Amino acid sequence: MLTVRSLSTEYAGQKGTVVRAADDVSFEVPQGKFFTLLGPSGCGKTTTLRSIAGLEKPTGGEIRVGDRTVFSAAQGIFVAPNRRNFGMVFQSYAIWPHMNVFQNVAFPLEVGRRRFSQAEKADRVMRVLHAVALDHLAERDATRLSGGQQQRLALARALVMEPDLLLLDEPLSNLDLKLRERMRFELKRIQRELGITTIYVTHDQGEALALSHEIAVMNAGRIVQRGGPRDIYERPKSRFVADFIGSTNFVEGAVLAREADPHHWRVSTPIGELRVVCHEDLGRGEALTVSIRPEDLELTEAPVDGADGRNALSGTVDQKVFLGEYVDFQVKIGETILLARAHPSLRTPIGNPINVRIDPEKCIALPEDEPRRQAA
Amino acid sequence: MEAIGEVGRTRGLQGGDGPRFDAKWLVIALATGLVAWLALVPLVFLVYQSFMTPETAFEPAVFTLGNFAQAYGSAETFTLFVNSVQYGAGTALLAMAIGTSLAWLNERTNTPFKSLFFALSVIPLVIPNILFTVSWIMLASPRIGILNAVMQGVTGTNIVFFDIYSMGGMIWVDGLQDSPIAFLMMTAAFRAMDPSLEESAMMSGASVAQTIRRITLRLTLPASMALFLILFVRAVESFETPALLGLPVGIEVFTSAIYQAIHRYPSDIGLASAYAITLLLVTSLGILVQNRITKETGRFQTVTGKGFRPRQIDLGRWRYATAGLYLLYIFVLVALPFLVLLWASLQKFYSVPTWAALSNVSLDAYRRVIAYPGVDTAVRNSAMLSVTAATLIMLATSVVCWIVVKTKIRGRWLLDALASLPLVFPGIVLGLSIMICYLTIGGPIYGSIWILLIAYLTRFLPYGMRYNMTSMLQIHKELEESAAMSGASWWTTFRRILLPLLKPGLLAGWIYIVIVSVRELSSSILLYSPGNEVIAIIIWELWQNGQTVELAAFGVMLIAVLFVFVMIAQSLGRRFGVREG
Ligand SMILES: Nc1ncnc2c1ncn2[C@@H]1O[C@H](COP(=O)(O)OP(=O)(O)OP(=O)(O)O)[C@@H](O)[C@H]1O
Ligand SMILES: [Mg+2]
Repeated sequence: MLTVRSLSTEYAGQKGTVVRAADDVSFEVPQGKFFTLLGPSGCGKTTTLRSIAGLEKPTGGEIRVGDRTVFSAAQGIFVAPNRRNFGMVFQSYAIWPHMNVFQNVAFPLEVGRRRFSQAEKADRVMRVLHAVALDHLAERDATRLSGGQQQRLALARALVMEPDLLLLDEPLSNLDLKLRERMRFELKRIQRELGITTIYVTHDQGEALALSHEIAVMNAGRIVQRGGPRDIYERPKSRFVADFIGSTNFVEGAVLAREADPHHWRVSTPIGELRVVCHEDLGRGEALTVSIRPEDLELTEAPVDGADGRNALSGTVDQKVFLGEYVDFQVKIGETILLARAHPSLRTPIGNPINVRIDPEKCIALPEDEPRRQAA
Repeated sequence: MEAIGEVGRTRGLQGGDGPRFDAKWLVIALATGLVAWLALVPLVFLVYQSFMTPETAFEPAVFTLGNFAQAYGSAETFTLFVNSVQYGAGTALLAMAIGTSLAWLNERTNTPFKSLFFALSVIPLVIPNILFTVSWIMLASPRIGILNAVMQGVTGTNIVFFDIYSMGGMIWVDGLQDSPIAFLMMTAAFRAMDPSLEESAMMSGASVAQTIRRITLRLTLPASMALFLILFVRAVESFETPALLGLPVGIEVFTSAIYQAIHRYPSDIGLASAYAITLLLVTSLGILVQNRITKETGRFQTVTGKGFRPRQIDLGRWRYATAGLYLLYIFVLVALPFLVLLWASLQKFYSVPTWAALSNVSLDAYRRVIAYPGVDTAVRNSAMLSVTAATLIMLATSVVCWIVVKTKIRGRWLLDALASLPLVFPGIVLGLSIMICYLTIGGPIYGSIWILLIAYLTRFLPYGMRYNMTSMLQIHKELEESAAMSGASWWTTFRRILLPLLKPGLLAGWIYIVIVSVRELSSSILLYSPGNEVIAIIIWELWQNGQTVELAAFGVMLIAVLFVFVMIAQSLGRRFGVREG
């Protein structure tokens, strides 16, 4: 179990300024779970990961693994990275080019405090190479591996010392698309099999959603939302998160009234009145943003009404893009254009009227002040 | 001048190849001819001479193997070889040990005062070798060495603590002097390395020492080997230090032996040539292997992702100790030699600094050295020679680089190789070859100041190539093509498009060549004639005459002028992104 509390890491910026690359970051990862730091480029993911590794010295906070404190600003504790027993896979893989596959993996066993006999060493190395399916390449020069093999080698090297924590910094970003998808499953399988607590850094939301038990979305050095993949996707708490994860439509609006159903509200928007869900208390007339995912706009040529409690709207087809598995429609309602994702069987021509149904559960209301602050 | 005649002959050939006569072919022919003449002819004469008996008034020169027999038959040559290798290897190892550890501290730890360190690229340029050596004689000679005097004062004995006149002293002076080169090259090597290679060793549990030994030094091994060879070649080529420190106590290396062979009476050019060819083989081999290694290194380099961010080891309180080490190094390398020269220049007669001597401070030496016969001519000669050499080299190599980079003319690689050939010539070997060449050809060149110009042109041609090549490679082909499409002739394109784009490199290279020409001693020493002295020769003569204080005054002024020049070069280099060699 990893506990990070109020972690802050600063860099010296230009002309004596200070860049706070990780700002008051706190989270906990239970034993054996896969935790992902997700965010746009430059938001401080790598910095947070390196601070946990001990490769950066944080300016404040505390990091504990189980009951071992590896960093504490208050108590003046800083355990050197080579004494932390964390495995790490770097974005560049950092495969040592002067050693072969076996030697790369054996290195951690040779330099650690614990001494291993030759037989024991070989046994452990081959076991972990087997786990990443590289055992047949043990004698190969490490520089003569494919991208995917290098990635697995780096993983094997991080795992061989049976680390308390596995740290991964965008390990898939150097691979091509197909390989990346395959390695995603591999990584998930290995992590789940070994049950090793893992911190994963990525800016790819698809990866994060596919791999993680829990995701923390970061922006400008801070964690802005934490939760399970479904939670983050379906219930973003801010405009930033809704925008960063998946694509979405934003509609500005103002609160009209509370509905009878719990957490349901009536909101007036440029596309008409909408029933939306919001778990926070809203005041009458309060400005807010409604986020609606494209796949949640249900398009039909048949007439719609609001009788089943769903929002019913009508507009015209403004543009459409055929993408194979689905068609993206741009639907014009009033002056607003919404993106909707529909089955290819829907063939309404451009310029024709079209009706839209949206489940209130899928209309996520985001109170105004929060997103404004995040966007800044 | 002879060179022009030769060029005239080549032009006919090359011009005939072109589709029509064009200024282009004339310029190409001129540049090619100049390069070929400069680089090849002296070498041919050197080889020729080494197989000939000396020509005298009574008998003509005839073929002989006697020179080599004499050179290789004697036990002396074996000693010479051992001395040279010992000196070269010792110097290279010392410079590398200093340079590598400082580069590591600088790149990988949080030792303060880092920015100070890049001033180091300047030092080897500003203090000419001969002045550096002289200053260390003043510091550590058994008789007049200040360090000895201080130590004897402290301990109350008269033991000689430091003896600069020894193999150890030679290695110390030259190694120290070359250590900034080692520092810069190892810094580059450490920077080229993906820091996550070291970080992942740390994460694997390796200690700092284990990481250095098993990752950092292993991965920079090719760079270190190349560096060793470069330093080794530089050391076996160097003349000033072995001449000043070795000769008085009979320690000879190849360069000083060549000088001795010429300067004994009667001078033995044949023997000197045999030595020169041996030395040339050693340096060529060194540079060849070094080139091979450097090419190989490219393949050894690893792919690096983003996030290039070397982690710096926090040394804690030890960083004051390492900072102290830095300061000590800079003190020993720069401050001490300069201060001792400054001190000596302010004395009437050279003496160890004492309170009593302090009261004798005067500017007499400056007055005397300015009035010294020949100084004004030497300064004028040096200025004229260095400016002419720099201008001609930069212009000629700009054409040569253009041919090599931008044209498809067959055999252009040969031109590149030719222009870089002088790199393997130790200064004294080059001096000897040029001397033989113009003695044999006859005519007015030998004994005139132009022979020095030819030496400088040849010796610094490769530097011009390096500066121009860097900028030429950055100029996109389409810039020229669009000029041609606009209707510009080749000559107009070259003048209006290429030269302006090359200007930053041209300027930086020009200044660099001016500086190294002013300092040049090892070729000039064999080529100057009375009345045609240059600055470096004046320093040499002052030293031979024992006029230490005048030498010091002259040295201080020279260092000041060179410093200003180097500063200009540096700021130009920074502005235009050219790298100092
Ligand atoms: N060594 C450094 N010195 C100064 N600023 C730094 C340094 N390293 C990172 N930063 C700054 O800290 C911030 C966070 O950087 P970090 O590398 O953690 O981002 P990241 O989230 O990993 O981005 P990416 O997805 O591009 O890798 C950035 O604004 C970056 O410019
Ligand atoms: Mg990053």
